[in-house]
Amino acid sequence: MPRKLGLRGIALGYLVVVLLAPLVMVFYRTFQAGLHPIWAALSDPNTVHAFKVTLIAAAIAVPLNTLFGVLCGLAIVRRRFPGKGLLNAFIDLPLAVSPVVIGLCLYLLYGRDGWFGSWFLGHGIQILFALPSIVLATVFVSVPFVAREVIPTLRELGTEQEQAAATLGATGWQRFWRITLPSIRWAVIYGVVLTTARCLGEYGAVAMVSGGVLGKTQTAPLLVDNYMNNFNTTGAYAASLVLALIAVVVLVAMTLVKPREST
Amino acid sequence: MSIEVRNISKRFGDFVAVDDVSLEIPDGSLTAVLGPSGSGKSTLLRIIAGLERPDSGEVLLSGKDATDLAPQRRDVGFVFQHYAAFKHMTVRDNIAFALTVRKRPKHEIRARVDELLELVQLQGYADRYPSKLSGGQRQRMALARALAAKPRVLLLDEPFGALDARVRAELRDWLRRLHAEVHVTTVFVTHDQEEAMEVADRVAVLNQGRLEQVGGPAELYDRPASEFVLRFLGDAFKLGDGFVRPHEITLRRLPSDDAVEVRIERLVVVGADMRIELVDGSGERMTARLRRDDVEDLELTPGEIVWATPEQSRCVLAP
Amino acid sequence: MVVAINAVLGTITAWVLVRDDFRGKALVNAVIDLPFALPTIVAGLTLLTLYGPYSPVGIHLAFTRGAIVLALCFETLPFVVRTVQPVLLELDTEMEQAARSLGAGQFAVFRRIVLPNLLPGILSGCVLALARALGEIGSIVLIAGSTLHTQVASILIFNLVQGGQTTQASAVAVVLLAAAFVLLLAFGILRFYATRHERA
Repeated sequence: MPRKLGLRGIALGYLVVVLLAPLVMVFYRTFQAGLHPIWAALSDPNTVHAFKVTLIAAAIAVPLNTLFGVLCGLAIVRRRFPGKGLLNAFIDLPLAVSPVVIGLCLYLLYGRDGWFGSWFLGHGIQILFALPSIVLATVFVSVPFVAREVIPTLRELGTEQEQAAATLGATGWQRFWRITLPSIRWAVIYGVVLTTARCLGEYGAVAMVSGGVLGKTQTAPLLVDNYMNNFNTTGAYAASLVLALIAVVVLVAMTLVKPREST
Repeated sequence: MSIEVRNISKRFGDFVAVDDVSLEIPDGSLTAVLGPSGSGKSTLLRIIAGLERPDSGEVLLSGKDATDLAPQRRDVGFVFQHYAAFKHMTVRDNIAFALTVRKRPKHEIRARVDELLELVQLQGYADRYPSKLSGGQRQRMALARALAAKPRVLLLDEPFGALDARVRAELRDWLRRLHAEVHVTTVFVTHDQEEAMEVADRVAVLNQGRLEQVGGPAELYDRPASEFVLRFLGDAFKLGDGFVRPHEITLRRLPSDDAVEVRIERLVVVGADMRIELVDGSGERMTARLRRDDVEDLELTPGEIVWATPEQSRCVLAP
Repeated sequence: MVVAINAVLGTITAWVLVRDDFRGKALVNAVIDLPFALPTIVAGLTLLTLYGPYSPVGIHLAFTRGAIVLALCFETLPFVVRTVQPVLLELDTEMEQAARSLGAGQFAVFRRIVLPNLLPGILSGCVLALARALGEIGSIVLIAGSTLHTQVASILIFNLVQGGQTTQASAVAVVLLAAAFVLLLAFGILRFYATRHERA
């Protein structure tokens, strides 16, 4: 059918122009210079450090937000309490608000003249322009993902299985471990994958609070920007390559988990 | 274990689900709680199980007050209308659940599960997931699961409601035989009066949250305590001073003291019987059911006027 | 503008993915999620590479408004597609068949039957896309540069803070937040309107 081909062509064409071609280019450009410069760029201590920082931030943010997501999900779906609507909206906030704005809020709160900043600085703890603020920023931008996957799944699940478990003698804790958690596991896993992707790729909020000091408070995404600005294109491409590869792994994970999540 | 509920009331917002119901269920009996939708029967059952808390009243299990006891401590088995199968576990794990959470030794669990699989005839399905079972199979699994820890009470909430007619009939039969074998106090909720009358040895009729009557099937059918029970358990028509059931109407060609004049509208053959649709002087319709032989003896034809009497009525209810 | 492009092309993409069948469709489906998985800065870099000063294809869009549109299209691509897909999947083709049997032509069927049902999905996708576009910085920062011509609100805030002008930065941030709020509100209203037939 000619019409079908036309539509298909438009869709695919759009995808190629916007998504695929650029991606292919990165791989091409990166390897254009040969393997050795890439390796040199990647083993540069600044690069290594930046990746370390990114990983640390993610390693803290992901479990934290997973726990938060599951608990919040349970509270929102199963319980009534004042401010529930607010909590729900709060969870969605990082999705609607620019990461730059989030970064700005953190900056204002923890800066020298900020509400909390003065207290922390007085105790010799540096938040802004140091690791803690990077972690904070990463945590805040990745809050929604697990919760948003868990909530609809919990809703659909209903409470019957748990009631059955209760009549069969299971305590509250047993019900949570044996029934609730296993029933939402794919939603949680999918949420974790999304959260991880977000943590690893975050730029805006972290840029606002970290100060971007090479070798000290740099994260991998910031590093790419830094390198480009300093015309260290090889370094930038090399770092991007690693990030892109991670992204592909994430994408594969997403594709594999998604169908399980929606059954 | 005997069950007693005293003055149980429960409302959901403005809706009164259960209104001051008191009921005794003797140990080892098979009782049906019967009523139309919204009559509070499921709520009552769930209160007995501990899945709902009553607004007032007490629940006593074996004479001891269990009103505040959590469901997991009541030693009751509950079967849900839509099975509530643990979707992420195999049939075997589902059935074993009650024993698993009680931390019974593995060999004991295995033996018991095998025993139950045989009882419900699901031997080949142990390692399947519930989603691969039919409705009837899932319900049998749910029954096995509820029985695993040998509860002293078995509660079933419209257990066969979601199944098709043939499977329903099979499982009904099966439940009765199971009870005869295992003798656990069983209470099941249904809106199907045929099911209640056929399976249970005692029936409690609920209407709009209130208990109308409780007794054996025959007692309820012949000596209903209220018009509701009368009409709910079978067809009943007003004839003269009282009510009659279709098979209790006698038709004659000559009037008598308590006879009512009726016109025959239609004669329908139903197997060995004949259903006769009648209408009386005031336009009220009723149905009589006679043996075809009797109808032929009387030589009844549509359009005729005859006289109906509640001669054989055992119904002692006045309207 | 980005949202409009997304609305149209996103819907087409979703349609193709649901209704059409071709080899590699699963792969294409998976790729749609790429902007979610890829760090924004890498996206910016790749776009810069392909459509910037050293572009092998000869297209030089860097430091222009076009670049911004491109970057935002990349980042927001998944939103409309993903919100429309489930709706399309659920859509009862019987409705369309009924319309055909009553004499409606191809286009009429689309306009009167399919589109109204897809509208809520398209709208939510658009709102998500718009929210994302408003706040996006990572993919833009490389390709758009900081000329007055192409400064986006997010970059503006960043620069203001760097320059120590935190109050001004906050002011811009507040405007952005207000815009986001108005957006969500408008979306809520639109959504309500579009699904009124389900509520009757």
